Amino acid sequence: MITIVESGGANISSILFALERIGAKAEWTADPDKIAKSARVMLPGVGAARDAMEQMRAKELDQCVKSLTCPVFGICLGVQMLFEHSEEGNADMLGIIPAKVRKFDKEEGKTIPHMGWNNVSFSDPKHPLLTGMREEEYFYFVHSYFAPVGEYTLGACTYFSNDFSAIVAQDNFMGCQFHPERSGPAGSQILENFSKL
Amino acid sequence: MLTKRIVACLDVRDGVVVKGVRFKNHTVMGDIIELAQRYRDEGVDELVFYDIIASIEGRVVEKNWVKRVARVLDVPFCVAGGIRTMEDAKIILNEGADKVSINSPALERPEFITELAQVFGVQSVVVGVDSRKEDDRWVVYQYTGDETKTVKTTHDLLVWLRMVQNMGAGEVVLNCMANDGVRQGYDIEQLAAARKILNIPLIASGGAGEREHFLNVFNEAHVDGALAASVFHTGHLHIGALKNYLRDNGLHVRI
Repeated sequence: MITIVESGGANISSILFALERIGAKAEWTADPDKIAKSARVMLPGVGAARDAMEQMRAKELDQCVKSLTCPVFGICLGVQMLFEHSEEGNADMLGIIPAKVRKFDKEEGKTIPHMGWNNVSFSDPKHPLLTGMREEEYFYFVHSYFAPVGEYTLGACTYFSNDFSAIVAQDNFMGCQFHPERSGPAGSQILENFSKL
Repeated sequence: MLTKRIVACLDVRDGVVVKGVRFKNHTVMGDIIELAQRYRDEGVDELVFYDIIASIEGRVVEKNWVKRVARVLDVPFCVAGGIRTMEDAKIILNEGADKVSINSPALERPEFITELAQVFGVQSVVVGVDSRKEDDRWVVYQYTGDETKTVKTTHDLLVWLRMVQNMGAGEVVLNCMANDGVRQGYDIEQLAAARKILNIPLIASGGAGEREHFLNVFNEAHVDGALAASVFHTGHLHIGALKNYLRDNGLHVRI
């Protein structure tokens, strides 16, 4: 069973459908007690960083997620929440991964948001989250802010001069900047890998 | 590297996919789910479902098929047609669509773009624009889904695009009306002009007939994606073969 954190505002039906397609059971809740007892937790995210974090705090989900010891998987804004801080709305995030999220640099010919399919290269192809991945795999991204590359980076991506983390893992906390639920077979494979951790 | 996107557009009317020439004489092309799955299997990067008469009749797009599409599809999709209120957009996005696209309602009330962007994020807000050249400038048209109700607005295309971008649109689909459905190629001149003033993604629409048209619009107008309908529906172009051709000609595409 995968428990999806219902932090408010996030559109979770496409994630629920994606889990349904790989045959994984899922439920969604905003109840911290239920989340604390879960075997696996997913942290989705659509919207703006400051609003999302305020909703997490209002529902006492911030401390709950930080104290989890089961596998936790953040998607898009959900993975950005694992970091210390975001330039988006100058928001303090959960602070699990020691780095800061910032906005893409403006460059000639570069459209923002970074929207579309981009290729990801893997630093540790043997990681269980990456089972079945090809050497360079394409995923669907939609975002204007990014987490830098660090020791926690499992998959890196490049947009003009900005290198950023596409997939991260630190202890039991992991996640991806792209939308696995909208990234074809490769995205489904990542979700399936997580469901089996 | 970010790839160039191939977008298939499915015009929906009464729950089936249709296609006409220059927005009229609609013929039935097939079932929504069947076509969506076929294009996904061929390697399409994104799908747009456009309810062609919703905007005219002042009703919101029928939503029962949005959830059915979201359930089977593992690539992004956008829903367009008659989305006039926050509630309309909320329902469609909650059913599992990734983006909503607004056209006539944005012309009726441009602040609607900003309101959508603030609540759902710019990435969910696409603005569709229909335009054609008249007396050396491009003019925006409204209510293009129904020939009898189509009206010319007072908006100059390039001024309107700048406004749309400033209001918070996350992407623009520019449909060059004179080229739509006639398969003679995209309107490179118009799209290149739009490209110059937009720093959000731009999708070309109208005129795709041969694979060379796609190569040209990416190379010459520098658009982020190219949208087509009938050339895919009829099987004249296979999306996988098209993407192989684009890759062989130096473009970065997802294979």
